Amino acid sequence: MDGLSVLDDAWRVAGRSFASRLVVGTGKYKDLPTTAAAIEASGAEMVTVAVRRVNLSDPKAPMLQDYVSPNRYTYLPNTAGCFTADEAVRTLRLAREAGGWNLVKLEVLGPAPTLYPDMAGTFEAAAALIKDGFEVMVYCSDDPIAAKRLEEMGCVAIMPLGAPIGSGLGVQNPLMIRMIIENAKVPVLVDAGVGTATDAAFAMELGCDAVLVNSAIAHADDPVLMARAMKAGVEAGRLAFRAGRMKRTEQANPSSPTNGLIR
Amino acid sequence: MGTDNRPMNVVTETLSLTVNGEARKFAGPLTVAGLAQALGLDTRKVAVELNREIVPRSTYAQVPLRGGDILEIVHFIGGG
Repeated sequence: MDGLSVLDDAWRVAGRSFASRLVVGTGKYKDLPTTAAAIEASGAEMVTVAVRRVNLSDPKAPMLQDYVSPNRYTYLPNTAGCFTADEAVRTLRLAREAGGWNLVKLEVLGPAPTLYPDMAGTFEAAAALIKDGFEVMVYCSDDPIAAKRLEEMGCVAIMPLGAPIGSGLGVQNPLMIRMIIENAKVPVLVDAGVGTATDAAFAMELGCDAVLVNSAIAHADDPVLMARAMKAGVEAGRLAFRAGRMKRTEQANPSSPTNGLIR
Repeated sequence: MGTDNRPMNVVTETLSLTVNGEARKFAGPLTVAGLAQALGLDTRKVAVELNREIVPRSTYAQVPLRGGDILEIVHFIGGG
């Protein structure tokens, strides 16, 4: 690696250190081998997982853990599909028992078609989970006041949406994402809405600590190639943020010296 | 929790349980560990909730099941 290695630029959450600033979901893939290959290509060290009933009619079916090892990747159990605080808390208590991990991703969603974060339910669930000893990374609206309140409650990371879940529209409200980042003392991850590598790079250029991507990789024509593209996008965006971009000017400015021209 | 008045010498009974939303019958007496075995589950990869209370994995062999119990048995799957 060169002198700009991302390896010397780890981010930390809940006492753990991660070199990769790309967090990936494990849902929506056509099969488990593709899931495993795409996650490998993404370079991610943290993956989100869902908690669901075991299929009693096929208890020996291959399990996610057989393909995406919890010994290699930090599992981040989520509450996807939960529409009330009670469901979310119950789901994560089961996740903690299944895996033994306190670090979780809370999301309480409002109804379709927006699936926008239900912030009243999110606050209620976050309070219950923190009281119960969980380390809560929290999916939330792109609202700087709500984000700050979640941080003050004790959430270990704030995860505002870039755009509606699964929409692939990219960061729709960069001003608010930037305000959340500038006000936060805990890591901020853009979660939901990334559609392609430029969206991930853009989110990182805003200064967020990491990006969470699922659909954009899983629903690409070639998920493994897109996983690699997301890795590159996140790294490029992070390096650009660290480098500090040039000032924008609304006039041309020649790149070559203007003296010494032949006449 | 009431006192368990079942005589010690009863060898079998039929237990009606609701597991993951399905009504199922099992030969009792049965513990959570016995149920997992009967269902062919690898207990290292699941979590069990009995009547909305988490059952710690270390206690599966000691927790008896009673007719009418409602269980949820979950595991990790792909998700975003």
